[in-house]
Amino acid sequence: MKFTLHIWRQENARAKGHFETYEIDNISADCSFLEMLDQLNEKLINDKIAHPVCFDNDCREGICGMCGLYINGRPHGNDDGVTTCQLHMRHFHDGDEIWVEPWRAKAFPIIKDLVVDRTAFDKIIQAGGYISATTGGVPDANNILIPKHKADQSMDAAACIGCGACVAACKNASAMLFVGAKVSHLALLPQGKPEAADRVKKMVCKMDELGFGGCTNTYACEAECPKQIKRQNIARLNRCWIAQAFGRDRRED
Amino acid sequence: MILDSKIPEGPLSQKWTNYKAAQKLVNPANKRKLDIIVVGTGLAGASAAASLGALGFHVDIFCIQDSPRRAHSIAAQGGINAAKNYQNDGDSVERLFKDTIKGGDYRAREANVYRLAEVSGDIIDQCVAQGVPFARDYSGLLDNRSFGGAQVSRTFYARGQTGQQLLLGAYGALSREIARGTVVLHERHEMMDLVIKDGRARGIIVRNLVTGELERYAAHAVVVATGGYGNVYYLSTNAMNSNGSAAWVCHRRGAAFANPCYVQIHPTCIPVHGDYQSKLTLMSESLRNDGRIWVPKKKEDAEAIRRGEKSALDIAEEDRDYYLERRYPAFGNLVPRDVASRAAKERCDAGYGVGPTGLAVYLDFADAIKRLGRDVVEQKYGNLFQMYQKIVDVDPYEYPMMIYPAVHYTMGGLWVDYELQTTIPGLFAAGEANFSDHGANRLGASALMQGLADGYFVLPYTLQNYLADQIYVGKIKAEGPEFDEAEANVRARMDNLMNIHGEHSVDHYHKALGRIMWEYCGMARSKESLATAKEKITELEADFYQHVFIPGKPAEMNPELEKAYRLEDYFELARLIVDDATQREESCGGHFRIEHQTEDGETLRDDDNFMFVAAWEYQGHDKPEVMYKEELNYEHIQIVKRNYK
Repeated sequence: MKFTLHIWRQENARAKGHFETYEIDNISADCSFLEMLDQLNEKLINDKIAHPVCFDNDCREGICGMCGLYINGRPHGNDDGVTTCQLHMRHFHDGDEIWVEPWRAKAFPIIKDLVVDRTAFDKIIQAGGYISATTGGVPDANNILIPKHKADQSMDAAACIGCGACVAACKNASAMLFVGAKVSHLALLPQGKPEAADRVKKMVCKMDELGFGGCTNTYACEAECPKQIKRQNIARLNRCWIAQAFGRDRRED
Repeated sequence: MILDSKIPEGPLSQKWTNYKAAQKLVNPANKRKLDIIVVGTGLAGASAAASLGALGFHVDIFCIQDSPRRAHSIAAQGGINAAKNYQNDGDSVERLFKDTIKGGDYRAREANVYRLAEVSGDIIDQCVAQGVPFARDYSGLLDNRSFGGAQVSRTFYARGQTGQQLLLGAYGALSREIARGTVVLHERHEMMDLVIKDGRARGIIVRNLVTGELERYAAHAVVVATGGYGNVYYLSTNAMNSNGSAAWVCHRRGAAFANPCYVQIHPTCIPVHGDYQSKLTLMSESLRNDGRIWVPKKKEDAEAIRRGEKSALDIAEEDRDYYLERRYPAFGNLVPRDVASRAAKERCDAGYGVGPTGLAVYLDFADAIKRLGRDVVEQKYGNLFQMYQKIVDVDPYEYPMMIYPAVHYTMGGLWVDYELQTTIPGLFAAGEANFSDHGANRLGASALMQGLADGYFVLPYTLQNYLADQIYVGKIKAEGPEFDEAEANVRARMDNLMNIHGEHSVDHYHKALGRIMWEYCGMARSKESLATAKEKITELEADFYQHVFIPGKPAEMNPELEKAYRLEDYFELARLIVDDATQREESCGGHFRIEHQTEDGETLRDDDNFMFVAAWEYQGHDKPEVMYKEELNYEHIQIVKRNYK
């Protein structure tokens, strides 16, 4: 297959970026999007015409959350429920023009080319996205009974890989789906209850402080999430938030 | 070099208890005056840093990714073992210990493995307390499944994303300590060298991967938890950035490297399909709970499938060879990984392989779907099936999966004693980066167990024992001739690479190295193939130093330069793997020498001559390394032939 690629190039955070156009040929339909970029980089190195394109990637099996490209106007491209590394070229047509951009959000400044700084997500987690269980001195695992459907719901939310597609998809660059997923994962479990009110408050305040926008319920985040995290997590986040704001011993569901 | 394993006195089951009773402690007020460097944020690194930070030590932690949550532990799928005996099926600490020693083909240290089994239950308690959403049954109790090499169900899991959930638990604990200020996180930083002062590990040189600048950090002790070196084979199930360099620079500075030839080839991976391929994807071992592995009984069927004239569905039940069930009736499809991998290779080499290349076997769920229904299968393995479908574009609910072995895990690593201390005082190694617990083959679901055991329950004790008298040393400063020398050394290495100005990319060489290693030092090795490997590696390395081209500058974000200095280390590592495989004139676990096999093709150990750990000492770039032996003394376990029939 043959493609025309328009790729965002930007030297560093302060430099002005622009699209650069490259042609690439002989791409197998079974090859992944990132392997296609590998081949472009190989060509750029061999021809010594330009520096290779920088893009974040690591596990290449859709779980580490490191890759994330905005492809033809969609985070992680035109397949559902996949990360960029799981997107295969069979989802494109021979001769397609492909536009490749980094995530664009105030809270995710560009580092170079397609690489962005997502440490804001870590800072939100550090604000309270955990259960304070110091190593040792915890009860036997089976002393905490958790109904299967609760454990399953919690796991659904915990499947978030922190890639940032939700923020990139949102017109407000809101991180509500990310925060909602973590709040839900922990609030649904009995172990997470004691800190639940405090957790939601701290995480939401940190999210606002870091420059993420608010949710206006368009659900672009849910549509683009590679792990198909549900918007109900945003609703649960809002419920937890309101409950703690009114000082109630909050209950979810 | 003296290899003192420092195994505590007393009967096996009392050793860890005795150690903890006799060890030295640091008083709470002094802990914050002691600095620790942890390199790596996978299960071992994150859990160690979180636990040490919670104790009150000051920790600096480093990772090469943009966030600690990306470490490759995240990709572990199937589960984590623990001797909880929640299923009442006969499990115990003793049983897990024995299974692990036997699974490792009697090439692991008894005392370390026993301790691992002993703390395994605590890990599950800890993870549940952190909110890891393990699978539960309808009563609300924890669910288990089976993994290879075990006849009990002791594997805890969170769908097909157990590694992810455990890592997020450790990452949460780590994040809490970062917020409390006991741990300082340095993301996108790579360890480039180890600094030794007065014979002790006292600091590291790191490269900031965003700016390319070198930075120095000093501490009273250094922990390396940077994973394994499987990417020496280029194609493996490891992440793209997983590398062996942090451990290797420690080796260059004098830390012994043990059993490098023990490389685990995982039997169930998606087969190679093109030369552009950048990695191989694992299909969890848990699939072997319900999936049945087979190839056609008749060669003509296999040939027809390869030509695309027949599909798996055209092969009648009686014409299918469920070769694992046939050869190993007792364990069936759940034999350990090395056994399953070799059996697949044997069938494919004999001409029964399927798929366009003939290098694949079937993993079939038709029976499970019939027995349990599609819904149950989907619930158990849904995300793995989806992953398979996305990559191969074939529906595994309809057609059996095609799988083939691929490099997955490295049992070898930095030599450590009972305290997880390397041969350099003050330098500790944890998780896959050390060699200690898996012998010549690791059992499924034991990597997560070991990483978390080391980090949560071993290092917080043994590091404290080491640090107890370090309070008298005072603050270690990142200055002096040792830091200057190490930094200059890193700079010179990078300049040397940048100045080659050749014409080939780093990947060009890495792929070539991978092919050499897979072909001549992979699943089956012989004296001749290893000699060929050595020769070809040396040739390729010489070519690399003349013709590699690295664009850009060292002082900027430069992924090509990162790949280049990691590949430099892979060349040395590859040679050591080959040397180790050559000296080990026996077959054991993942190391299979075709000269040493039984009549029916099983591994043939030589306990009289090779019941030892091979620990290698670095002598310089072009000089052969020197091997030292740590004899393995089995006092507790009875040594038998490993038999899964």
